[in-house]
Amino acid sequence: MSVLVNKSTRVLVQGITGKEGSAHARRSIEYGTNIVAGVTPGRGGQSFEGVPVYNTVKEAVKEQRPDCSLIFVPAPFAADAILEAADAGVPLVVCVTEGVPTLDMVTVKRALAGGATRLIGPNCPGVITPDECRVGIMPADVFSSGAVGVVSRSGTLVYEAVAQLTANGIGQSTCVGVGGDPIIGTTQREVLEIFDQDPETAGIVLIGEIGGNAEQDAAEYLKTMSKPVVAFIAGATAPPGRRMGHAGAIIAGNTGTAKSKKEALAAAGATICESPAEIGATTQRVLRDAGLQ
Amino acid sequence: MAAATVSAYSTWAASAFIIQTMKIHEFQAKKLFSEYGVPVPNGRVASNPEEARTVAEELGRAVVVKAQIHAGGRGKGGGIKLAADPGEAEAAAAAIIGMQLVTPQTGAEGKRVGRVLVEEQTAVDRELYLSILVDAASGSPTIIASEAGGMEIEEVAASQPEAIHRFAIDPAAGFQPHMGRQVAFALGLDGDLMRPTVALLTGLYNCFVEKDCSLVEINPLVVSKSGNVIALDAKVGFDDNALFRHEDIAAMRDPNEEDPLEVQAEELGVENYVKLDGNIGCVVNGAGLAMATMDSIKLAGGDPANFLDIGTVNDPDRVVNAFRVLIGDDSVRAVLINIFGGMARVDIIAQGVVDAHKELDIKTPVVVRLAGTNVEEGEKILQESGLPIIRAADLGEAAAKAVEAAG
Repeated sequence: MSVLVNKSTRVLVQGITGKEGSAHARRSIEYGTNIVAGVTPGRGGQSFEGVPVYNTVKEAVKEQRPDCSLIFVPAPFAADAILEAADAGVPLVVCVTEGVPTLDMVTVKRALAGGATRLIGPNCPGVITPDECRVGIMPADVFSSGAVGVVSRSGTLVYEAVAQLTANGIGQSTCVGVGGDPIIGTTQREVLEIFDQDPETAGIVLIGEIGGNAEQDAAEYLKTMSKPVVAFIAGATAPPGRRMGHAGAIIAGNTGTAKSKKEALAAAGATICESPAEIGATTQRVLRDAGLQ
Repeated sequence: MAAATVSAYSTWAASAFIIQTMKIHEFQAKKLFSEYGVPVPNGRVASNPEEARTVAEELGRAVVVKAQIHAGGRGKGGGIKLAADPGEAEAAAAAIIGMQLVTPQTGAEGKRVGRVLVEEQTAVDRELYLSILVDAASGSPTIIASEAGGMEIEEVAASQPEAIHRFAIDPAAGFQPHMGRQVAFALGLDGDLMRPTVALLTGLYNCFVEKDCSLVEINPLVVSKSGNVIALDAKVGFDDNALFRHEDIAAMRDPNEEDPLEVQAEELGVENYVKLDGNIGCVVNGAGLAMATMDSIKLAGGDPANFLDIGTVNDPDRVVNAFRVLIGDDSVRAVLINIFGGMARVDIIAQGVVDAHKELDIKTPVVVRLAGTNVEEGEKILQESGLPIIRAADLGEAAAKAVEAAG
């Protein structure tokens, strides 16, 4: 029913004793997430909600064999935390931290290239497989399990889209926020590939935004897919040259515009949703037309 | 061949994010370049005509007097003047300092000039273009170089894309001399010019990386008649997210160059605020949802007055301050609050909306849509306040009601 994480995923939380880390680790545990370890340097030997805390990721890996690490480390130290997890051999790293310096991510991206660790984020809401595993900061209530995969650059737009899907009776297989920064670990295109290979994901909602060419890149892969894809691009009304919060959300060059992204996705076979208020209804119609609901 | 180059360029343009950036003035950028061994003309900044005269006297030769504002295209608006002697330099500075300089990048209202850079004139043989930025698609710092200098690089890219060369730098190996040589030869800087060009590029790359730049741009990079490679102009931006480790850079910030409403917003702790031209003030959590909210307003026939991502709020005062910013904008006729709580708690936002009505004189209609974490508590707070807040159940309804309320 899912990709990347499920109910058996063993999750490590880096920064588990911090303010955000502890609050969200607690909520993830309540959701049923299998959190097996935490890391806070200097707090090794303590425990958090019954979860053992280690000084280093290496120790946590040796003792608890996590499949995934969720990082709640402040921006100045986030790159180091990601590299520590990769160095310890954690296969999936999810970094929610916002405001990581771009050149830090240049270093991280280069260090992870060709390696065995997949990074999601940074500056992302994380990954959730409804009713199984919450690795991130999303409001759990709006998610429901089902067969639609959701991939988005924006966090709150994941919630908005998913709330509409759930209200229309459409459950989700897994929802992935890839992050709003210019340099991210896993792209929308890669998540599309992962969903495409998942037999339990019947259709996909892709939420992009202005800036960069990640949506055009995703559209290239989309051409090869047979599963229905509904897409929305935020920022059609944003003026060129102004940054809209996300570092990535700035129009630089023609392919950064909402229009060119919509055209590329439509040409690749996606159904374009013009209004963010109609993502749920549009997905319902598309799934029905495809005989999937 | 040409087609391949076009597509290579458009990939660059698309993926060349201009990261959230702190800009500095040309004179500051040139000082930084000097520290990294990038040759610039001799000169100094002056804040009044007498000082400009003194600098010209010290230089002892013909000078150029350049207005120091963050926007480009200064020459077109009369912000750059040549002066043959100190008297002319003083007169040029008197004309420029205090002027409201309008360039293609300032907007119609222009920018007030506070200082001028006075530097020696350079006899130019050739004008070139050089910049470094991070290419998001490749994840690498990338050098952009062109023999078509002194023009808008976007125009060059559109009209003669084959004239633009790009060189990705492997961040693991860093900048190597052979890359410098490739750039030098691509720019026709061979013979005696090759070594100084490689040295210049090395300095520029070190500056880019060590200072966490989002962009360094030299347009034009010139070959002088005396055979030197010199940065005649200098534009540098820094990654906001890295300023915490560069106090020296952060200290160069000039708030006079920024939109006053945006400066006020930042002082109030409302960082992600961008002033726009419409009349519906927006407060939203998350950049993507904020953009989608603006899109919804537009689809409903209205116009957003701003972009405002209030982020993860855990203090009602942040909401009150957001209201302060919005009502400080005279064009706002209605306010739309759209919050989908994840990390942010909706009840705290609701409390902030109520507090804002108590503390501030809010005459504009306020439309509120709440969803997500602690939504029941939030709705209850708004209900019990008895305030005339217009409620909306979803994004579409919120946008429609805000447009209606704005008239």
